[in-house]
This record gives sequence, C-alpha cells and structure tokens, in this order.
Amino acid sequence: MPYETDFTNQGFTKVGTRVNRPDGVDKVTGRAKYGADANAAGQLVGRVLRSPHAHALITKIDTSKAEKLPGVKAVLTSKDFPDLTGGNRGLMDILENCMARGRALYDGHAVAAVAAIDADTADKALKLIKVTYKLLPHVTDVDEAMKPSAPIIHDWVRTAGVTPAPTAASNVAQRSEFGHGDVEAGFEQADVIIEKSFKTEQTHQGYIEPHACLATLGPDGSGELWVTTQGHFTFRNVCASLLGLDVAKLKVTSSEIGGGFGGKTHVWTEPVALQLSRKANRPVKLVMSRDEVFRATGPTSSTSVDVKIGAKRNGKITAATAELRYQSGAFPGMWAMFGAMTSFACYDLKNVKSVGFDVLVNRPKVAAYRAPSAPMAAFAVESVVDMLAAELGMDAVDFRIKNAAKKGTKASYGPVYGPIGIGPTLDAVKNHPHMKRKLGKNQGRGVACGFWFNFGGQTCTDLNIGVDGSVNLTVGTVDVGGSRASLALIAAEELGIDYDQVRVTIGDTNSLGHNDTTEGSRGTFSSGMATIFAARNAVEVLRQRAAATWDIPVEQVVWEAGEARAKGKQNNNLPPLSLKEIAAKSPRTGGPIAGHNEVVADGAGVSFASHMCDVEVDPETGATKILRYTVVQDAGKAIHPDYVEGQFQGGAVQGIGWALNEEYIYGDDGRLQNAGFLDYRIPVCSDLPFIDTQILEIPNPNHPYGVRGVGETSIVPPLAAIGNAVSNAVGVRMTHVPMSPPRILKAIEDGQA
Amino acid sequence: MNGVTVSAKVNGDAVQYVCPADESLLDVLRNRLNLTGVKEGCGTGDCGACSITLDGRLVCACLVLGAEAEGREIGTVEGLSEGGQLHPLQEAFIEKAALQCGICTPGFLVAAKSLLERNPNPSEEEIRYALAGNLCRCTGYDKIVRAVQSAAKMMRRGKKSAR
Repeated sequence: MPYETDFTNQGFTKVGTRVNRPDGVDKVTGRAKYGADANAAGQLVGRVLRSPHAHALITKIDTSKAEKLPGVKAVLTSKDFPDLTGGNRGLMDILENCMARGRALYDGHAVAAVAAIDADTADKALKLIKVTYKLLPHVTDVDEAMKPSAPIIHDWVRTAGVTPAPTAASNVAQRSEFGHGDVEAGFEQADVIIEKSFKTEQTHQGYIEPHACLATLGPDGSGELWVTTQGHFTFRNVCASLLGLDVAKLKVTSSEIGGGFGGKTHVWTEPVALQLSRKANRPVKLVMSRDEVFRATGPTSSTSVDVKIGAKRNGKITAATAELRYQSGAFPGMWAMFGAMTSFACYDLKNVKSVGFDVLVNRPKVAAYRAPSAPMAAFAVESVVDMLAAELGMDAVDFRIKNAAKKGTKASYGPVYGPIGIGPTLDAVKNHPHMKRKLGKNQGRGVACGFWFNFGGQTCTDLNIGVDGSVNLTVGTVDVGGSRASLALIAAEELGIDYDQVRVTIGDTNSLGHNDTTEGSRGTFSSGMATIFAARNAVEVLRQRAAATWDIPVEQVVWEAGEARAKGKQNNNLPPLSLKEIAAKSPRTGGPIAGHNEVVADGAGVSFASHMCDVEVDPETGATKILRYTVVQDAGKAIHPDYVEGQFQGGAVQGIGWALNEEYIYGDDGRLQNAGFLDYRIPVCSDLPFIDTQILEIPNPNHPYGVRGVGETSIVPPLAAIGNAVSNAVGVRMTHVPMSPPRILKAIEDGQA
Repeated sequence: MNGVTVSAKVNGDAVQYVCPADESLLDVLRNRLNLTGVKEGCGTGDCGACSITLDGRLVCACLVLGAEAEGREIGTVEGLSEGGQLHPLQEAFIEKAALQCGICTPGFLVAAKSLLERNPNPSEEEIRYALAGNLCRCTGYDKIVRAVQSAAKMMRRGKKSAR
C-alpha cells in the first residue's frame, strides 16, 4: 500500500532534539571500520600503474618481467577487461576510465595493475611493467578545448543537443539550453545592463579518506566487496555489469565512509580490484595514495561563464542570460547542464536563457562535488547581481529580495515552485546582526544566494523489533555525517519509544532491496521517509497483535505514546500494552514483528540558502582573512539540528577553500603539479572563524515531516559571497576563483592602471 | 624480509614487532599491531589523520619509521579511554557533534589531548593553531573547536574537584 507523503504538520517529541549519535563511541575510540580497515586471510596488495602523460597512444605494454617477479600473483591490463557493455557508451566510459584502452587520456589514467603478496613486491612489479607511449597533443583548458584547432579527445563525440546534428567530431559533448520568455525584448526594456565573464578553477572534494576496498571474487563468479562508497548498490550493479557477474552474487558492503561529497558515487579502482582477485583467486586490498586520489578521482569542473543581466531603474530584472562552459575531464558529462539549470533558479524572471556546453579535456573524469556545478554558476550570476545593484544604487540584499523567486514562480529550468525559502533566507539576512557589524579599513562584506534541486530516489528500509522491544532499523543509504542519529530519532518518534531503544545499521546489498546512491542530499530525506512508513507498517502489526491478545477488532486499537490502547467504553477494562510487552509475547502471537518499506521518494523539496561574509584583504600580500561568516538556509524540518548546522558549516568552508585557495594546477605538459595536501591547500582550523548558522524551516509539502535535503546547498553561495566581499574590500571586481593572493594583487594592480 | 626487531610500549602495553627498516610506524601500527584507529589520509605528514604521541610528543606516524620506536612510548586513539570511561575529549566530541564522517577524529583527539596537557586553558586562537595540522573536510572545524573548549572546561573542573 503506498503511503501518503504529504506534510501533516504533526507535533514532535523526539525529532528536532540534539541527541548523541549512536555511532559516536565507535568513532571516537578508533573502533569504526573504514575502507582501509578491513583485512582478509591471504589477502594480496593491489597497486595501479598510471600514465604520466596527459594524452598518449599506448603502443605496447610489456608485463612479462612483472609477472615473473616472485610474489606477484596477478597483472592486469585492458586486455583483461573484455567489452561486456553491450554498446552502452556510459558503461564503456566507466570501464575505460578504470583502465585505459589503447590510449591514456589524462595524467593519472590507469594503464595496468598488479596484485602481490605485499606492498613492496607490488611496487617493484609496477616498475617492471614497460609501457611504450606515443605522445599526442593535449588540452586541459576549457576555452582552449572548444577552439576548432584543439586536439580532439574522442573522435566519436558529436555535440548532442544541436540541430542539425553535427557530422564532425568535437570536444563539446553536449549543448543544453533552459529558460523562457524573450530575452532580447527583455534587454530592450532594461535601463541598466551588466555583462561580465568569469572563470573558476578545478577543485577536488578532498575527503580525508582515500578510496579503499577489499575485493574477493572466485572463479565461480561469486564475490564480496568491502568498500568506502556513497552507493554500495550502485557499485554492485556497475561492477557486475563490467565484469559479467550476476548482481545477486556480488555482495557489496559499505564501510564507514571517510567523506565523499560526491566523489565516492563513482567506481574507480573497484572493478580492477575485483578482477585482480578473480585472476589471483585471492582477496585483494587496494588502497589509493593521496597522489592517486588527486590525479585520478573526483574533481569538479573548471569553468568559464558569461553572464548578462538587465534591470529597470526600479530594481526589477527584465532579462538574464548565461553561457556556461564546463569541462568534464576526458569523458562526457552533464555538468554544464546542471550549471545552466541552477544559474538563475533563485530569481523570478520573465525573460531568461542559460546555455551550457559540456567540454572534453585531458583531465580526470569529473565527478559530482556537493551541489555539482551550482557554485560556479552562482559565482558568476551573484557577482553580476551585486554589480547591477551597485549600478542601480540599490542595497544588494533589497535588490535580491525584489527579484527573488517565490511560490508560483516558474523556475528558469522549468518547474513551477511550491513553497520555497529564498525570500525568507534573504529577509533573515537583512535582519541579521551580522549585517550591522561595522567594517574597518581593507574590509568588505558580501552576500550571495544559492539553490540546489535535492533528490529522493529508490529507497528500501527494514525495521525489526527484538523480543525485548529494542528496535533494529536497517537502511541502505550510507551515514556520511550523522544520519544514523536522524533516522533513529524518526523511528523513535513514530513508535513512541526512547531514542536509545533504536539501533541503526547500514545494510549490505544482500540484506535490502536496491537503494540509490546517497547523493543529492537524499540520506535523511528518503531513508527518513522509508523509515516513517516502515515504522507505520510495524505499528499495524503491533496493533494486530494487541487486538488478538485482547480478542477485540483491530479497529478498536490505537497506537499512542509507544503503547497499544483499546478504544471504546466496552474496552475500559483493558490496560494498555507497551511495545515491550507486545514484543515479549510475539513468539506466541505470530512471530517476529517487523515493518518494511520500499519507496521511490519523489518530491525532494528544493533548497535555498543565503550567505553573509566579511573579509579583510591585506593589500601588501593579497591574502584574505575571513572575519565573519553566516549561513542561513531552509531545512524544511531539521531532524537533528546539530548535524544540519554541521552540513551548513562544512559546505560553507569547502566553498571558502574553493574561493580562496584550492585549484588544480596543470603544467604546459598537461601534468598535475599539486597532487597533495601540501600544495593543494584546503582550509585549516586557523584559517577560519566560527561559522554562524541560522536554520529556517519552511516545510516541504511532499514529506510527512516537511524535510528537505540539507547537505549540498551550503556550498553554492560561498564563492560569490566571498567574491562580492573581496571586491567590496579592494574596490575591484574579482572574476577568477580561487582569489589567491597573486590573483588579488594582480586585480588591484590592473584596477589601478 | 630484512627485518628490524623492535620493542616498544603502545598505550602502556609492551609490544614487540619485526618490520622492514624502511616501514613507517603508521604501517606498523595499522598492519602489524592492528591499531586501525590510526588513519592514513596522505602518507606525507600533511593531514594529521595519523597523529600519535611518541614519548609524549605529537607526531605524524607516517613520518616516523617503525624502527625508530625502539624503547619508546607510543600513544594512539585506542589508549584515550580508561576502561569504560571515555576521555573528556571523546565525550565532548560526541556531545558537541564535532564529527561527521569521523575519519579525522582519532587524529584530532590525540592532537587536542596533547594541547590540553601542555595548555589546560587555551584560547580559541591557541586551539585553532594547535589543530592546524589536522585536516577535517566535513565540519568546517566549528564544532571541533567548541568540543575542545568544552572538554578543557570539563577537565579543569575535574582537576579542581579532585583537589
């Protein structure tokens, strides 16, 4: 029976409290087991050989010496991965990214792999593999890659989304367009028009735990994979497809995950580890080095964006356009499409058009990174919005409020909004004490807005009640940042029992039906929804057992405050039965009591945030200090406020790193020059102030509790908020992220010239 | 294997192991002594996930050789709690929600304990600089700093009441 997912505005006794997370003790004592913390008897060490070239033909791979080295049990090249993709180009891209097929497409692309008895032997074996390369011209810059003279990355790529369909190969894999109205006519009506171009550099998710797995695959085609992943079900399906296995015969267990942010939604070395294990017929543990993580996994797109917005003197925007060019690495992506969809989502616009170009370059295959593609578009749009407000002589917040999207607004990417939080977040900004703080010399303030869709997806959850009345909740989304606590609160709320009575387990692929990857801020939203329905199913069983015990019709039994109560005067003599009492009798009343739910959790409510930031820029060095930072975001309903705040703070700080420090630096040779945490500098504790947060709760009408995803939106505004703050501090418009000291100094110099 | 035999103390207990001369103490702790609470984030001393103490001094285990630990006292996250009693820092990290994914937590706890031993009443700035060698990508450090402040307060109060 499908359940009603509508928001009901019920009261809560557990949800919204700040309880201790159930996995806390495991994680502060070192007991929690992450990707690299599992071992198996007889396991081998897996290692991957990677291309040092940005683009090269692989004319020969001689593995004979490596194979003869004592202790080496398996050596793989692309020959060991026959094409089982059945013409599915997306699957082939994944396979080719896992192991180069005749051509290395980026610095760090895997070309061979070994499994040996220990790390030392495996490293020696890698050195004995002789790869003969023939260098090809390469391109790593997104704008360069779009020029007709650029080296073509894939001769089979024709630009999709263009009519008539092109016949020649291009590095532009896809053009996508969104919008409505007549932008030409809109610009005609404008009194002021601002047009500006922006660039953002490539960043990495930067999770502290490198990719790691322990793979076991026998000659019978049965296997197990222990892996740090955001989506063990997806990993199972992809690995099974690539390796020709039955989905049911590959059991994938997600370890504790040491950060993902989108980077652990894709397979990288897992199919390689499984294939090494099959070839050696021994378990293989494969852990990436940090250098490999940077060179071969993750990153988000570098981009180049043009924005044009026009407005009337009264502050009403009449038209807005954007052209967004996003590189997707060496394989086609849809990242510019997301950029084009999100770019103007905060505003109520009559005439709007955004066009995205997904572009191939010789860099690692781009992966999702927290609200993927939205921060770069927001940087460009929110910068121009600020410039336009200044030109109109309007306060930047008032200008945004005047143009903010609201219920009933047709979004630039298509749908019509229900109740949304952009207006309320801006009102909260306007009234926030942060905005009243005085600024000193070389200091500046910036505000910016952000949007993310959020996602629901396929979800399957089990709730089992023990004979003592304690509850085991098994979910298929991974706990990336405290979701066990939120889900236990929800189960306790529904059942009317103590939070401590619920234990949450992340089920492996053989213990639950398919669950989509934990992405799109869906963990608490979708598993929360499935938990509510699983618990309500269990309550049905509890009511039936109570009715049978009392020998009355089930309709006369209600579930209140954790106990079955018999309703009606004729039942006045029946004292309530607690969950514990019913559970204790369950062996004699029909056996185990459980609730189960599978759902496609549609209706993930869209999410909006507005950020405020104060900076001080040292005019001598160009270094920027964050003085104050405040996040205001709509959570729909904050199930566990601590972990909602944590998402706001973490996203903001990733954005601060992106805005000020982080970038992939490629040499002219197409090699990544800063593949380590020393030279790719993420924010450290001493770089930052406390990150202030304000949670707004505008209920999502499509969730029983009103929950919206909260994980991603917080990374969308920071680039622009800091860009606006720095621009205000130095008096020059910043157009290139990261705003590293040399870039700021140059902008000041250019501004004075 | 041309091994080196090493005798050391880990979290107060005597241990003996044989390791190659070039093997890091991090690999020894994780792979030979099964102390997988010590995490590897980079292997180059940049992230602090493998923070341990060596004779009371805070170090990155990935930058120390296993052979160098001969005759020395090693302290890891596994040694923080005493019996069933969590260290005040461990309690504060749970209560203040100072961890999300938790991979950096063992390193932060060891580094913070080392700070509070040297400075029982650190300012916010002192905490931030003392922990600047430990990377966290989830929290933005806000709740970590608050947890350390809270634990420091708890520990100072504990000392006073013990007197």
